[in-house]
Amino acid sequence: MARAASPRRKLLTTLAAWFVALLIFFPVLWMILTSFKTEASAVASPPELLGASWTLENYVEVWSRSDYPRFFWNSVVISVGSTLLGLAIAIPSAWAMAFVPGKRTKDLLMWMLSTKMMPAVAVMIPIYLLFQQLGLFDTKIGLILALMLMNLPIIIWMLYTYFKEIPGEILEAARMDGAGMWSEIAYVLTPMALPGIASTMLLNIILAWNEAFWTIVLTTTKAAPLSAFIASFSAPQGLFYAKLSAASAMAIMPILILGWFSQKQLVRGLTFGAVK
Amino acid sequence: MGKIVLKSVRKSFGDVQVIPSVDLTIENGEFVVFVGPSGCGKSTLLRLIAGLEDTTSGTIEIDGKDATALPPAKRGLAMVFQSYALYPHMTVRKNIMFPLKMAGMDIAAATKKADAAAKVLNLTSYMERKPGQLSGGQRQRVAIGRAIVREPAAFLFDEPLSNLDAALRGNMRLEITELHHTLKTTMIYVTHDQVEAMTMADKIVVLQAGNIEQVGSPLDLYNHPANVFVAGFIGSPRMNLLTGADAQAMGATTIGVRPEHVDISTTAGKWKGVVSVAELLGSDTFLHVNVEGHGSMTVRAGGDVNLRHGDTVYLTPQDAKVHRFGADGKNLA
Repeated sequence: MARAASPRRKLLTTLAAWFVALLIFFPVLWMILTSFKTEASAVASPPELLGASWTLENYVEVWSRSDYPRFFWNSVVISVGSTLLGLAIAIPSAWAMAFVPGKRTKDLLMWMLSTKMMPAVAVMIPIYLLFQQLGLFDTKIGLILALMLMNLPIIIWMLYTYFKEIPGEILEAARMDGAGMWSEIAYVLTPMALPGIASTMLLNIILAWNEAFWTIVLTTTKAAPLSAFIASFSAPQGLFYAKLSAASAMAIMPILILGWFSQKQLVRGLTFGAVK
Repeated sequence: MGKIVLKSVRKSFGDVQVIPSVDLTIENGEFVVFVGPSGCGKSTLLRLIAGLEDTTSGTIEIDGKDATALPPAKRGLAMVFQSYALYPHMTVRKNIMFPLKMAGMDIAAATKKADAAAKVLNLTSYMERKPGQLSGGQRQRVAIGRAIVREPAAFLFDEPLSNLDAALRGNMRLEITELHHTLKTTMIYVTHDQVEAMTMADKIVVLQAGNIEQVGSPLDLYNHPANVFVAGFIGSPRMNLLTGADAQAMGATTIGVRPEHVDISTTAGKWKGVVSVAELLGSDTFLHVNVEGHGSMTVRAGGDVNLRHGDTVYLTPQDAKVHRFGADGKNLA
């Protein structure tokens, strides 16, 4: 039986939730505040808040010194492209694993997930050389492939979990109704798993958008996304915290807005099947 | 056409043999019911016919053609599932039209067929609703509609009424029976409810542990059960089965007598007992009597019988109606 919380207990829980949320969000908040300070104010010790000098100068300079729209567009193409390509491969794979599992399906899933635990730096040189030789270095298609492969285990795992929630009898009914594998996936499975597919898509766009290691290693200028844009402000003149913060804020803002508007969908998708 | 022949059909899941070997012929237009307790393999047998499971060995012929290796869609059969298995994101109309869309039929013709099926099933005013907005009975009718439009060689029903309440189950039972009379198409119906089996079937197939115990008409099974299992399974309330001296006196290991074939008296009779429960149904009264030496027996008496818990009664079986079974459980008649 559910226990009704007392008003005092409710208040304490709310305060605790706000405290934890603020703690997690604090670095981002501090970065955004810093982006509006002067360089001197940004590095002041002790840190300045109320007495700081506020300015929009950092944004103006970052915008004028770099080609932000190009970096932004590259980020969009790479994150959306890698997610869509990943979904195209993951939907049939997860379908096979969920509905026609073999003896080793569970092992295969575990192995796929284990590849995510491998440090990226361990395969940096071979992948770098491969990209060089295949002509994929500093190309958007190269990064789409790299990020798709990197996130594929997560996409398959998530879709596998959602698909397992769909009653097998409905797919059997589709088979009896004359649907082949592709019709079954297109007309029955995908529309039914749409909330799960949408949240997988959102999460993977966010993961790909935030990916910094491979996007910096495998690009120079042409295909560089916003992660490389941030990195370009940390060298070679030294660290200019206010400008770096402004660049970072500009880089995360689109994904932050996307996350804000899709938070309901994300939470619904991530808790899909948790409560029946 | 819809003649289905199973020849030495076997099914194993790993080392577990579910269907040891089944030979069965279902004639065109017959209403056949597979009945048996949970886990007897009746649903597996239906799924083998549907093509949703592969046979381990043996052949399945549909209308004289070997369909053993054919995928479900190519067998020309339609199935109605226990859970209805409707597509929740589609309207009733789209659900019913789905098999026609898969068959490549043009939209105008498919719509016409779906509307005709909906009319037969009283679904016309629900065509634009989604399954979530329908009651259990309406959902099951949509599932039947989806099966009808395919004009299949045979309909397969996998415990279609199990999720419905008792009153609705009775109505749907009638509707399916009427549908069979109208369409005259072969129907194979799986249930664990022997009342459904008795009331709907032309032919009942009683299964236990994957084996066919008996095949026959409902009354044939009721009046001439082939063995103790069928005798105990078919009929409600169950047949009284007795062993010991009374059975031996009749040259049998087990004797069986149905509740309506036991005479009851308050003064004299073969077996003395005490009424433990009297179930008053109005038309009938089922008396559960604790009989010395035999345990609980069920007796069917008239609706006006005035016997209650604790009354002493005497029971006498009608000798001509007693079934005798040998040590191997088979009927000795």
